[in-house]
Amino acid sequence: MSVDTPSAEVPRLLVRDLTVVTSRSGAEVVQAVTLEIASGQVLGIVGESGSGKTTLGLALLGYARRGLRIDRGSIELDGKDLLSLPSGELRSARGSVVSYVPQDPGTALNPSRRVGPQLREALTIHGVNRRQAADRVTELLAEVGLESVPGILSAYPHQLSGGQQQRVVIAMAFACRPRLIVLDEPTTGLDVNTQRTVLDTVRSLCARYGVAAAYVSHDVAVVREISQRVAVVYSGRVVEIGPTEELFTSPQHPYTRGLLQAVPAADQSLVLTGMEGFPPRPGQRPPGCAFAPRCPVRIDQCMTERPALLPSGRAEHLARCHLVSSSHSLLPLPKRRASLGLTASATEASVISIVGLTAKYGTNVVLKGVDLHVAPGECLAVVGESGSGKTTFARCLSGLHLDWSGSIMFEDAAVPAGIKNRSKRVLQDIQYIFQNPYASLNPRRTIGSLIAQPLDQFGALSRNEKQQRTLASLDAVSLPPDFLDQYPDQLSGGERQRVAIARALVVEPRVLICDEITSALDVSVQASVVETLSTLQSEKHLSLVFITHNLPLVRSIAQRVVVLDQGVIVETGPTESVLDHPQADYTRVLLSAAPGEPDVW
Amino acid sequence: MTVAVLEAPVVHHARRSELAYLLATAARSRRGALGLGLTLLVVVIAIIGPFVAPHSPTEFVTSPFAPPSPGVLLGGDSLGRDVLSRVLSGGWQLLLVAAAATALGVTVGAVAGIAAAYLSGWRDSAIMRVSDVILAFPQLVFALLMVSVVGPNVVLLVLAVGFSHAPQVARVLRATALDVSERDFVKAVQITGVKPTKVMRLEILPNLVSPLMVEIGLRMAYSIVIIAGLSFIGFGLQPPSPNWGSMINENRIGVTLNSWGTTVPCLLLAVLCVGLNTFTDAVARAALGTDRADRLLLTEALGESEGVTA
Repeated sequence: MSVDTPSAEVPRLLVRDLTVVTSRSGAEVVQAVTLEIASGQVLGIVGESGSGKTTLGLALLGYARRGLRIDRGSIELDGKDLLSLPSGELRSARGSVVSYVPQDPGTALNPSRRVGPQLREALTIHGVNRRQAADRVTELLAEVGLESVPGILSAYPHQLSGGQQQRVVIAMAFACRPRLIVLDEPTTGLDVNTQRTVLDTVRSLCARYGVAAAYVSHDVAVVREISQRVAVVYSGRVVEIGPTEELFTSPQHPYTRGLLQAVPAADQSLVLTGMEGFPPRPGQRPPGCAFAPRCPVRIDQCMTERPALLPSGRAEHLARCHLVSSSHSLLPLPKRRASLGLTASATEASVISIVGLTAKYGTNVVLKGVDLHVAPGECLAVVGESGSGKTTFARCLSGLHLDWSGSIMFEDAAVPAGIKNRSKRVLQDIQYIFQNPYASLNPRRTIGSLIAQPLDQFGALSRNEKQQRTLASLDAVSLPPDFLDQYPDQLSGGERQRVAIARALVVEPRVLICDEITSALDVSVQASVVETLSTLQSEKHLSLVFITHNLPLVRSIAQRVVVLDQGVIVETGPTESVLDHPQADYTRVLLSAAPGEPDVW
Repeated sequence: MTVAVLEAPVVHHARRSELAYLLATAARSRRGALGLGLTLLVVVIAIIGPFVAPHSPTEFVTSPFAPPSPGVLLGGDSLGRDVLSRVLSGGWQLLLVAAAATALGVTVGAVAGIAAAYLSGWRDSAIMRVSDVILAFPQLVFALLMVSVVGPNVVLLVLAVGFSHAPQVARVLRATALDVSERDFVKAVQITGVKPTKVMRLEILPNLVSPLMVEIGLRMAYSIVIIAGLSFIGFGLQPPSPNWGSMINENRIGVTLNSWGTTVPCLLLAVLCVGLNTFTDAVARAALGTDRADRLLLTEALGESEGVTA
């Protein structure tokens, strides 16, 4: 981890009292944020979905999305207030003096123009002449490590990988040597390895050119790695701010503690705890501390009186909590879990055994002779980067992918390729949960009808029985019965994913295939979903096939790991031995690239 | 995400009954209220008209093309019948036939379009190529062709007009159904082994309410125009029972003597079509609103968490 360099006397960026409101109702989305970023420093901005962190990031550029308005405050960049600039000047400042790297590089690049002209335009539009621009482009490519990609300037964005695209966007953002750059989750959707390269690039560019950077992310591990200081945002306010290591090792705000309890660690298996509830919406924030309704250590004062950002007693470390100065019992940091152990004895027959599974998309062979077995009641993690074939593997198992050869046995029966050819028993006993709960629930059905749907398929039950099974299933995923009549759009992401799990559980399957089911969720939500799954696994003696790219998470749930690379199993074994003593080179690369892994720097 | 939820509270009504929500939202907008007002005006005239008409529509009460006089407020038509009574009585049959044709066309088209989208492969091709062939004929010509082969009768008229709509409806619904069929919630149901017909009916159709509404409105306006047009050239609804289409034809030769017999049916048809189209437009805008809010919610939700790497 990089060492915190003391900030310069005059910060490059000084934000005071920055407030963003909705233009219609005037509700405050970002409330009176005051912060500073020194030159060459990266400030991490962390928060859950709905915390207002993206809005804050954009507001730092003097920009508010449609429907929002910057109400008051100042954004001083080297002593000059961005918000007092006339709109023409502000516009020309964007891209040159301040710049932005969005989450999805695919939407930031024009798909119908080659990379070269797009990069050159980033320069010429701000007054660099054509000749110089051409030279600078070469330089820029070298800075982001793309100089060795042949023909990159004449390539179209879609011909580049996600990581390359994101580096092109970063090159554009750094093109005019901006003084402030805002990065909004630039590495989500990228593999751990690619993510690492992108993070390296950003950090070195910021340090070299004295750029003040704000790195917006929900990923605590990434922020911990890239930033020197961190601001934790909750409900539109900075609730805690301080030097990165200091803040993460001794968090003062209960919310920060809660977040950290939910983050899996790469080097040890932790008992993850999610936070109940979700952030209040703008305009519906409680009168006192916004976190009070969810806070496990709240006192009466919290409900009525809004706390100020108070010094924690340590250098530059502030927290917005009444309890900061008092000696109170804070939430504990995550506990180490006793070994997950192997619940399945070796003598028990496998639930699923797969021999020589080879899967193709057209002529593209995605899986090459995969052999594996799943014991009853165990959680097997299938790990790999995108393109490793892990999703195809899940789709073969679930019957969504048809073009495969080899054999899949469920207990003693062979499982054919298509859903149509599968017996009811197989369809019922192997259930599949999709990655994205925002897409996997029919928005026109109630939660009750969604969960009961598989019941109609697998046997005639009376209305009463159906109702009971549905309720039991809802209860198993810790959702209250009054959810039955709600619709998916009334639910948060975590609740939706629980509904999806309940739908899979209602037919009492033996095997649950979970395809990246937490990757669309916040860490705090991920933690509670994973805990629910763990409980279910042991209570119902379920076998889980847990497909993920998130190695730290594997520690906290799986007994066994299979590492996939380019469609081949490169390593398999008990979780702890694979993660602690990886044998295959690829596993080592994956592990070292995972953010939060110490001692890499 | 919070912002989206806040700025688009509409979705929270949309999910209850999308149909009711769309209609209510459309009717509340200025555009929709205007459209609905115009449409209802004409529809009310058509429905209660026969009961308030001063004379029988087939009774000879004055001389041909007689100008308006007390008792015969809009004058006489080509045969000396009361124009006002014929206008009042001449709407319901037209509207009824148009509604039946629309219902048929939208149903057949929707089923074909959804099936093509969901079943894909050769069945998709087969359905869409057949519809392309029908689409190659102009609607009026196609209907005319069918009616002129068998001769005019109401059932045939409904069939002809209905089937001439089907391919266009099928095209639109296939496009939207393709999008819905690819969504994960459809796959989630497929992998439990549910039959295709059930998937289409319970998972896909409910998500197509907005395009369906728009199609119904549009096709209704087209049906009215086509049926009035066919009647005008004598292949539609047959005399002596009055209808606005054939009235225009019957009375146009005397337009200089008594113009009411032509202008009033023309005006009513025009107001009806403008009203229907305006209201449909408002429905489409309301649908776009919920759509956008839905999509916004989805992207915002994903935008603030990890991206999707399928």
